[in-house]
Amino acid sequence: MEPHSFIGIKKEWDIVGARQLGREIARKLGFGTVDQARIATAISEIARNIYLYAEDGKVTFETIEGMNHKGLRIIASDNGPGIDNISQVMEDGYTTSGGLGAGLPGVKRLMDEFDIQSEVGKGTIVTAVKWLR
Amino acid sequence: MDENLKQIALDNRESIVETWKNEVEKLKSQNYTSTISDELFESTNREFANVIFESINDGGSTKSVELFSEKIINLGWPLSYITDGLQVFRRATIDVILGTTKKVDTDSLSLILTSVDQWVEPIIRQLVNEYSGSWENIVSLQRVALQELSAPLIPVVEGITVMPLIGTIDTERAKLIMENLLDGVIRHNSEVVLIDITGVPVVDTMVAHHIIQAAEAVRLVGAICILSGIRPEIAQTIVNLGIDLEKFPTKNTLEKGFTSALEMTNRKLTDLDTKQHFDIEQLIKSIKGV
Ligand SMILES: Nc1ncnc2c1ncn2[C@@H]1O[C@H](COP(=O)(O)OP(=O)(O)O)[C@@H](O)[C@H]1O
Ligand SMILES: [Mg+2]
Repeated sequence: MEPHSFIGIKKEWDIVGARQLGREIARKLGFGTVDQARIATAISEIARNIYLYAEDGKVTFETIEGMNHKGLRIIASDNGPGIDNISQVMEDGYTTSGGLGAGLPGVKRLMDEFDIQSEVGKGTIVTAVKWLR
Repeated sequence: MDENLKQIALDNRESIVETWKNEVEKLKSQNYTSTISDELFESTNREFANVIFESINDGGSTKSVELFSEKIINLGWPLSYITDGLQVFRRATIDVILGTTKKVDTDSLSLILTSVDQWVEPIIRQLVNEYSGSWENIVSLQRVALQELSAPLIPVVEGITVMPLIGTIDTERAKLIMENLLDGVIRHNSEVVLIDITGVPVVDTMVAHHIIQAAEAVRLVGAICILSGIRPEIAQTIVNLGIDLEKFPTKNTLEKGFTSALEMTNRKLTDLDTKQHFDIEQLIKSIKGV
């Protein structure tokens, strides 16, 4: 397995492609069913955000294989409009699209590590890690 | 089209087809058609050659071109078989004609090139059109089939309807689910509808949102919606996402969902008590002293 692989997100079905690839990498790393479902769901959320809000971007997968811990890092990056108020979008229920507004805070809870960087007019990068226990 | 050149091409049909076949054969080993049996490949090539010559002969025969492209699609061969094949044919024909011409100047060369292009182009255009036309047709038929499959509604017993969902739910399908659900509740006069998500691989906030909206809409038309088939890992991710499904009944299996649907409509499943039946027979026999 190559340590870096990515899926471009342009069409809605690219979201499905991204989570299938992510789930497959997670399975090969040794994640159990529940964590595979968490990872697939997290990918679905951030990939859909690219599709909905940024139109064009990609989801990259990196396997982390250190001495005593293994994990999967998922990076969703886009060149979309960016986010002005990060703490606001991290609130449960905040949405600008009539959604549930549970995506980003949900991803934070589904994964072990979470980071979001954004610049208005430039784009957004969401990074999330799940460690293998 | 130059009649003279056309005659040369027709007279040299055999050698053109021979050169062409050899070239196409090379393409086969190089790429796409490598898994196809030799006999099938040969007979199809022969047919392809016939189609091309027939088309040259009567200046664009439509029926055979149509049939041929249909055949290629049904075989599942790529469009490049047709386009590559015709490119090769073009080269082979030019080579053969040049070989039979004693002196070649720029004028006659350009005449040869334009004539051959004039034969090949309509065939390419027609084959490609046919091919993509049938392809679009197949895709749109599959689309209809998929739509019918994507949100089926099954009236199981009076008042109870089940919608088993299998596979990925995208925006388009989510809309269909809502429409079919409301339509079905009214048409079947359902009191309870079960949405079963056993076969849905990922329940993210988008899917959850659509299910919640569908359940709410069902409630508004006077029925109850039960969500069943929530696998343990899906239950976990739903909790992690912080989604509240408390507003309507949820069950982990379709069986449990169906049982509560029966209860809600004042019914229940019972086993036919065959054992007791048997005992009574025994009793009668013993009374009769058999
Ligand atoms: N990649 C992104 N680019 C720009 N804005 C985004 C991006 N991702 C999320 N947002 C903003 O953050 C809000 C909250 O996102 P999220 O938590 O996924 O909920 P939802 O997608 O249901 O609205 C979105 O409504 C949108 O305004
Ligand atoms: Mg979202």
